[in-house]
Amino acid sequence: MTGVGGQGTILASDILGEAALLAGYDIKKTDTLGMAQRGGSVISHIRIGDHVYAPLIAEGDVDILIAFEKLEAIRWCAYLRTGGIAIINDLAVPPLSVGLGTSRYPNDKEILAAFKKITGRVYFVNGTDQAHRLGDARTLNTIMMGCISTFLPIDILTWKEAIAHRIPEKIRELNFKAFDKGREVIKHVGIG
Amino acid sequence: MSKTLTGTTKKLLSGNEAVALGAYHAGIMVAAAYPGTPSTEILENLAKHHDLNAEWATNEKVAMEIGIGSAYAGRRTLVSMKHIGLNVAVDPFMAAAITGVNGGLVIISADDPGIHSSQDEQDNRHYAPFAKVPMIEPSDSQEAYDMMAYAFSISEEFDTPAIVRLTTRIAHSNSLVEVTGTRKVPTERIGFEHNVQKYVMLPVNARFRRPFVEDRLVKLAAYTETFPFNKISWGDKKLGIITSGVSYQYAREVFHTASFLKLGMTYPPPKKMIREFCNGVDRAIVIEELDPFLQDAILAMGIAVTGKEFIPRIGELNTQIVREAAIKEGLVKGKSADTLTGTLPPLPGRPPLLCPGCPHSGVFYTLNILGKRSRLSDKSKEPEIIVTGDIGCYTLATYPPLYGMDTADCMGASIGTALGIEKANIGRKVVAVIGDSTFLHSGITGLVDAVYNNSKITVIILDNSTTAMTGHQEHPGTGKSAKSVETQAVDNEQIVRGLGVKDVQVVDAFDLKALRNTLKSCISNEQLSVVIVRGDCPTKTRRRSIPMVIDYETCTSCETCLKIGCPAIQKVKDKIFIEPTLCIGDVCSVCRQVCPHHAIEPAKTTAKG
Ligand SMILES: Cc1ncc(C[n+]2csc(CCOP(=O)(O)OP(=O)(O)O)c2C)c(N)n1
Ligand code: SF4
Repeated sequence: MTGVGGQGTILASDILGEAALLAGYDIKKTDTLGMAQRGGSVISHIRIGDHVYAPLIAEGDVDILIAFEKLEAIRWCAYLRTGGIAIINDLAVPPLSVGLGTSRYPNDKEILAAFKKITGRVYFVNGTDQAHRLGDARTLNTIMMGCISTFLPIDILTWKEAIAHRIPEKIRELNFKAFDKGREVIKHVGIG
Repeated sequence: MSKTLTGTTKKLLSGNEAVALGAYHAGIMVAAAYPGTPSTEILENLAKHHDLNAEWATNEKVAMEIGIGSAYAGRRTLVSMKHIGLNVAVDPFMAAAITGVNGGLVIISADDPGIHSSQDEQDNRHYAPFAKVPMIEPSDSQEAYDMMAYAFSISEEFDTPAIVRLTTRIAHSNSLVEVTGTRKVPTERIGFEHNVQKYVMLPVNARFRRPFVEDRLVKLAAYTETFPFNKISWGDKKLGIITSGVSYQYAREVFHTASFLKLGMTYPPPKKMIREFCNGVDRAIVIEELDPFLQDAILAMGIAVTGKEFIPRIGELNTQIVREAAIKEGLVKGKSADTLTGTLPPLPGRPPLLCPGCPHSGVFYTLNILGKRSRLSDKSKEPEIIVTGDIGCYTLATYPPLYGMDTADCMGASIGTALGIEKANIGRKVVAVIGDSTFLHSGITGLVDAVYNNSKITVIILDNSTTAMTGHQEHPGTGKSAKSVETQAVDNEQIVRGLGVKDVQVVDAFDLKALRNTLKSCISNEQLSVVIVRGDCPTKTRRRSIPMVIDYETCTSCETCLKIGCPAIQKVKDKIFIEPTLCIGDVCSVCRQVCPHHAIEPAKTTAKG
């Protein structure tokens, strides 16, 4: 799970970890933050199974890559296994160097081309749009969780319990809605 | 959290949370630490408990001394720090290694292989043989929790401080922990005994204690053979793997059938067990991160093992690195993975930046102008001012467009380094910049030297009222304790005046005019000066107001505002734009002050902006 510091990827990975725990799996989860709170790139490795040893996933071994931002998606694409699933939020957050003119942000064609070499299963979702429509940009993480939930053997009630554990009561209902939205959105996007 | 069949609970905990819970259950009454990634969350978690004393200390040395005192008084005590923090604390640490303890004293050393968030990579395992104390290394959160009880017992039974070494990947990975214990505070040792031979290290007493230390090692060497986390699991006897910590997990992913000797106590190592293991396999190898610590110990036993011949010494390991190394060494079959990275278009990096509204931006912008530091971009001429820096968020100002500093070595070094450059007498002005937490941590002694030895440098204290870099911890200057209780704040202005500095100025971090005038006069006058720049960190206070917008009728695209390095100010398709969700508004307003065309104003609340 990857994104830009401040996008809520860590909370999302916490919810996913919690859901897997409630579903009875072994889990290891590690966030490589660098100095994420200051807008750096963030990557969380989450491993779920009967028994998990290493917290870090090797390149080419990732089953599902969830990217909250497009540049971060392409940056980590080599981690995806052949035929793996990529769920990419259709959002560009250009780093400062792009504004200063010293680097270039990759275009959608390049991003898709990079993934095409690995897999045919690329889902571009308009998560940020959906979050704005729900009236709170911070629901992006539960929307993305809704998307990924459709690919994992964890039932919906367990997911919602995990969300309830990690999200304060005041905004819980909104996040349940966002989660359902994510499940709906992923069904309607064409495979890129 | 979920319930297990035996009624215990299972939790998904980070290594740091597990250490804190383990120490809490082991009955600690005192915890002291100075923040440092990846160790910080240990004290933060302990501070949530009301039935123990958990404090941020001024620095790691003081934390260690608090730990020693509390252990002398018979309380179980935890002291935690990052790897380089132990460098700061090593003097009292060595002393405790010789005096021993009374109540258990456990020291957490959180190493950072791969330098995720530090200024160096060092293998703190070497401190164990150096100080002749035991060292324990968990390989996941469950072990981190379970081992704490052992660490305290070992400390008490063998009268020694004990090190528990974590690495970033252990401290910051979450895994399942079956929580089997509850809090029990031992009472047998409480109380302080007058015992000068043990506690007053005059040469005569230190000499008296020395044989005890050697004798302790012999006893620990016997104990380590029975330590339950030193374990052999026999598999295929063609290959035997000796490993510890997180390296064990990577090795398990790569070698499915081999025999394993997993060490939970890496100093002293269980020599008998190692010999038995190596005799039982055709070939033994060591898989460990950083230095050949175990490998050298085993080689010194006269056993031929390899490891660092194919496992890198630099950086963090992972499954991929171990797998590739094993393939090259012919230990497992497979072919090296083709990497796609070469086929990708060049991608812009995303380095961490000062936040929008950071109180450090204005100072460095001003220094940049006054010292003509943007000459660094084309190396045409030397900048007029040399800036020695320190460690904190402000170190991020090093990069363009701010060109903030020329040096940053270790915490507190800015002032001493500036003094050295001044004494080298190369004809350039020197300014030291240091954060408020860092100044209290280890900057004061440098400033004492500056006063004493008649220096004429300028020291800028960047007072954002928090220890921001490590996640906004309180410090002695903030007036709040680790438990968020009000306390007396240590006033850095009074310290500086008390030391005898004559030219002391206090400036608002968001007032560029004042910054410019003050810095100009302090840098040019021929005496020691200290400028305290005060401005709260908005990422901590979450203070924000109406965001700024650009009036495109007056904006000439001169790009002056881009020179502040504010992430909210972006250039999209040749147009400068202030991202309203990032801008914190006129609580900062630095961009508004630098704009020569007055094109930046707060958005009108009525208009959509
Ligand atoms: C010996 C040592 N201990 C701890 C750290 C971790 N660390 C890095 S910067 C920093 C403090 C920064 O606080 P401050 O000086 O107030 O600057 P700010 O980040 O708030 O701008 C700490 C504790 C370290 N690098 N070295
Ligand atoms: S956390 Fe605070 S001090 Fe650090 S860069 Fe952000 S605003 Fe500046």
